Amino acid sequence: MAVMNMVQAINLALREEMERDESVVCLGEDVGVDGGVFRVTEGLFERFGKERVIDTPLAESSIVGTAIGMAMNGLRPVAEIQFLGFIYPAYQQFVSHAARMRNRTRGRLTVPMVVRAPYGAGVKALEHHSESTEAIFCHIPGLKVVVPATPLEAKGLLTASIRDPDPVIFLEPTRSYRLLKEEVPEGEYVVPLGQARKVREGKDVTIVGWGAMLPIIQKAVESLEKEGISPEVLDMRTLAPMDYSSVVSSVKRTGRCVVVHEAPRNLGLGAEISARVMEGALLSLQAPVERVTAPDITVPLPKGENYYYISPERVVNGVKRAMSF
Amino acid sequence: MLTDDFDPLQGKMLSILDKDGKVNEALEPRIEDAKLLHAYKTMVLTRIADDKAVRLQRQGRLGAYPPSRGQEASQVGPALALEKGDWLVWAFRELGALLLRGVPLWRLYLYWMGNEEGSVLEGDVSLTPSAVPVGSQLPHAVGISYAMKYRKESNVVLCYFGDGATSEGDFHEGLNFAGTMRTPVIFLCQNNQYAISMPRKLQTAAPTLAQKACAYGFKGIQVDGNDLLALYAATEEAVARARKGEGPTLIESFTYRMGDHTTSDDATKYRLAEETAYWSARDPISRFRVYLERKNLWDEKREKEWSEEAARVVEEEVRKAETHAPPALDDAFAHTFATMPEGLREQLEFMRRDLPAKREG
Ligand SMILES: Cc1ncc(C[n+]2csc(CCOP(=O)(O)OP(=O)(O)O)c2C)c(N)n1
Repeated sequence: MAVMNMVQAINLALREEMERDESVVCLGEDVGVDGGVFRVTEGLFERFGKERVIDTPLAESSIVGTAIGMAMNGLRPVAEIQFLGFIYPAYQQFVSHAARMRNRTRGRLTVPMVVRAPYGAGVKALEHHSESTEAIFCHIPGLKVVVPATPLEAKGLLTASIRDPDPVIFLEPTRSYRLLKEEVPEGEYVVPLGQARKVREGKDVTIVGWGAMLPIIQKAVESLEKEGISPEVLDMRTLAPMDYSSVVSSVKRTGRCVVVHEAPRNLGLGAEISARVMEGALLSLQAPVERVTAPDITVPLPKGENYYYISPERVVNGVKRAMSF
Repeated sequence: MLTDDFDPLQGKMLSILDKDGKVNEALEPRIEDAKLLHAYKTMVLTRIADDKAVRLQRQGRLGAYPPSRGQEASQVGPALALEKGDWLVWAFRELGALLLRGVPLWRLYLYWMGNEEGSVLEGDVSLTPSAVPVGSQLPHAVGISYAMKYRKESNVVLCYFGDGATSEGDFHEGLNFAGTMRTPVIFLCQNNQYAISMPRKLQTAAPTLAQKACAYGFKGIQVDGNDLLALYAATEEAVARARKGEGPTLIESFTYRMGDHTTSDDATKYRLAEETAYWSARDPISRFRVYLERKNLWDEKREKEWSEEAARVVEEEVRKAETHAPPALDDAFAHTFATMPEGLREQLEFMRRDLPAKREG
């Protein structure tokens, strides 16, 4: 098995799905000749040619709209939006078409497309390159939203996303692209959508996170353990539809829940998770659900990023608040 | 009218100062000596400041940065035709235009170093902030110019964007609004031949970008983007039209991005060295220098003095930016709303306690 980072794992998944299924095509800005600004699509243009790896003009609404059309007519497009911060011209296409095409045609036309986008802060990037706006997509019925946390997960989840019959927004944490390397198998490896992953067992508190938050949660766990606290960690990985029952059953055992997300607090996914826990595990709760999130402000420029971005210390503080309630 | 004589649909491009600095006298615009010198010095300063930014990035002292090298005339020439009170709406690769408008260089460095204080500008500057989402600033330019027209002012808006931006909906919608509202706006497309790796010819099937104006009911003109005189002349004409209430103009400045897209990019992945060499023989600064020398406005001695002076200024501005205080936690919250909502104030208080002690970027 080859050891690789997340960029390479995503590249491998794309390559293998394109080999397996001729209807899979890639499109987006700079995905072809250049191989993508993060090199995610490197080598695909050379391997599959310009009919299947399409360098598009600079227009997000048309990238997604065209992908919708392709998907309605038998292709399986994997579109890249260069950064999540630039997806908004395409928001109408997601909300008004991709999400409801199946419903509006009573199942006659469907949109089996994937739209990939790097996202998230913690890399000291330029303006608009650091937002974490997954919630505004999760809110729309009919869209699936997936976030991988590791290279292996990325391969399995992207493969499942490409094969999924419905539109999937596949958000790639920029910070995790090259952070970690692990063994990733060549050939068939699929991680089903809609199921959380238990990263570690614990008995005192359930920490819920996804994507780039997991390595940070991991660091927090190391110091919590030294203090005799035993956290259970869940990687939600599919944010819509989310596997709330895994959270509820974990919290029923641990009695406490801490949700960590880098998005702002107000109406972030932590709010929904908290509501579900309240509905499903109220009598097991020994403390209110704690949310460790960014404040409700615009992501600061790099010199102020540490005021915003989640640190292991803040996760530890959150867990301790839950423990000492 | 230059826009009639140089119709992009007939494949014509306005050029006044050729690559060797020879001027077409029939078309030469009348520009005062002081203004010519100011333009030249600004182009030289732009190049030195720009090269410095790239070096600072390589040394880890500045964040990702989009170099302007090669586009100095394209940036400075149009802005030279503006008067006080005219607005400048820019994208993110317009260092020369900003310096010409008097934006302090150290503020710009501070911004690219990742400090919001770099966006603080004193006085009445008639300038928007950068617009990183490509093309998104065009409708703003229309709105700003609408307000001028509404108040019966004689000011205009100069709006910069790249060739890639012409593919975005906002470009088409913005031009269409400007055409129907006949607002005083000049759309200045810096066609530097690439949008990251995408060559201009794959961006649109149309032979020129200038001709896109026709579809919106106004004039467009393609101009040699490394020829400051041509850029000035075309913009001056467009500005005059706009001031008279005759609506917008689209100017395509045909130039070349000599550097990488940003410091995170490697242009050798998608373009050939021969191409860069071709353009380097068409440098906007050296041909303008020849022009000034022929007019006896410039010489070797002045060149040496100014490049030393500019380099010194750049070092001083870097020092100013680098010694500027890092942002405080409160700064990140302060400008979210005019009045901070109670809930946000509570979050700020909470963050003061929750953040680890050492936290500055
Ligand atoms: C809406 C949007 N999509 C994608 C990007 C990423 N991006 C930044 S600059 C750029 C190319 C812009 O090309 P052009 O308009 O020609 O300007 P240039 O960079 O050449 O000055 C791209 C794709 C972005 N900033 N905004």
